[in-house]
Amino acid sequence: MTLKNDLIRLTLADAREGLRQKKFSSLELTQAYLDAMAHHRGMNAYILELPEIALGMAKESDKRLAKGEGGALEGLPLAIKDIFCTEGIQTTAASHILEGFKPSYESTVTQKLKDAGAVFLGKANMDDCAMGSANITSYYGNVISPWKGSNGKDLTPGGSSGGSAAAVAAGLAIAATGTDTGGSIRQPAAFTGTVGIKPTYGRCSRWGIIAFASSLDQAGPITRDVRDAALFLEVMAGHDPKDSTSSTREVPSFEKSLSQGVKGLRVGIPKEYRLEGMDADIVNIWEKGAAWLKEAGAEIIDISLPHSKYSLPAYYVLAPAEASSNLARYDGVRYGLRVPGRTLDELYENTRSEGFGAEVQRRVLMGTYVLSAGYYDAYYLKAQKVRALIAQDFQLAFQKVDVILTPTTPTAAFALDETPTDPVVMYLNDVLTVPANLAGLPGMSVPAGLSKEGLPLGLQLIGPAFDETVLFRMARVLEDAAGFTPFLER
Amino acid sequence: MSLDQKTVKRIATLARLKLSDDRVGPMQQDLNRILHFIEQLSEVDTSQVEPMAGVNTPFMPIRKDVINDGNYVEKILANAPEVACNMFVVPKVVE
Repeated sequence: MTLKNDLIRLTLADAREGLRQKKFSSLELTQAYLDAMAHHRGMNAYILELPEIALGMAKESDKRLAKGEGGALEGLPLAIKDIFCTEGIQTTAASHILEGFKPSYESTVTQKLKDAGAVFLGKANMDDCAMGSANITSYYGNVISPWKGSNGKDLTPGGSSGGSAAAVAAGLAIAATGTDTGGSIRQPAAFTGTVGIKPTYGRCSRWGIIAFASSLDQAGPITRDVRDAALFLEVMAGHDPKDSTSSTREVPSFEKSLSQGVKGLRVGIPKEYRLEGMDADIVNIWEKGAAWLKEAGAEIIDISLPHSKYSLPAYYVLAPAEASSNLARYDGVRYGLRVPGRTLDELYENTRSEGFGAEVQRRVLMGTYVLSAGYYDAYYLKAQKVRALIAQDFQLAFQKVDVILTPTTPTAAFALDETPTDPVVMYLNDVLTVPANLAGLPGMSVPAGLSKEGLPLGLQLIGPAFDETVLFRMARVLEDAAGFTPFLER
Repeated sequence: MSLDQKTVKRIATLARLKLSDDRVGPMQQDLNRILHFIEQLSEVDTSQVEPMAGVNTPFMPIRKDVINDGNYVEKILANAPEVACNMFVVPKVVE
């Protein structure tokens, strides 16, 4: 039997192999994770742990495995971001407004995972309604990264999928689901030394995912390595008649593409992503990344994405506008929190003011303002037009290159007690990830090295729509060249 | 462009959020910081550009207009804070 400590270090692919070869059972694997979760509760990576459900699912998986059956993720224990509706299991999006909400249906993505035989360990912590970049807006408290600052300070795992990323990095889940509206998979992946991919808009069904900004939201995996991301995304992706924006395109075998190499592929380096005053560590790792790809036979080409500067301002019009509309459903009448009032309006106001955290209220107000009479054209319509120009920048770039390489974040993870209080400073975390959401393109973060303080840094790959394959090929080369040592191996 | 306190209160009412008096000032300050940040958009010439609402909107599918789901009142009401006679209960609206 493999030791428990070793079990929680395996990748999805290795654990899958171990299960098939009967080196250990899903029950043993799941128990090892449940023990690790109990031991590291201080990280607050989970809002809800599901030991009984997990062990029950593991037992069923073992039965199927014993018969030589089982799906692509059979018996593999995962963390599910608490934004995916899970039937009969509390789903809150880390918001007080949904406390106690038990969906009577399963999200399409989690249904696919169940159908593939996955085991659910629990619901991962996140930012309130997925709004945040440090996992400090959760009603259920901050998530603490397993990584520590050089001075021993507690660090943010990033957000909004902070619980998912921290769990995968620390061995509290073998892999996790995330969602990404402006960087919420890629930024936490970069901060925790894990791999995260936001696929093309439409690749994964959004049905049953608590909506933040519907034209930007996409689900994707956070994993320990590139191969795991490929095999996990294959299961999550695919058309769903219940989401009219989900694509009918066939999902290729991402895992098979991994070994194809990058020879002859053209890699664009956008000059606008070199921000003024950017950390030297970040610039260095970016240059290294380009050199690694070049060594593997890719061609490096300088490109320009002239409207990049306007991505973040456009995002902070469009995302709050869509959020203010999506979040109108939380009214204290049909589900979630109700704070009584003498009139219906008072009930709405009392419920929403108590149920939403400060950041959510800020964004709902901003969104309401930019959609209000007299300001709609000046802000909302203007931002939609700028969005079109940003998408066009990428279209033109992809006539010259096959993929774009950038850093994932402008800095490494910051200490929880050094979190910026100015919302705009906090928003700058997503400055390099937001453009891919606006243009609907796939983006992936791969751990590439360490900062001077010894903290993980990620490189981002952005590809043409529905060409995740090129990201996986590139990511595999970066991963091999970087030789990054994950947290668990340190 | 910056928001005065009256406007902040008005949009709070539109959004059905109650802002106590001590929260109006700090919220005004935060919103104005964000507004100042998004003002940059005015530098961009968009006179020849069509607005983009979403990524794949031109390909929106159309399905047959048939009933293919439903009949689960209990499930719909399962999470409601207050229910009576298979309906959601709210404070009296009509006098």
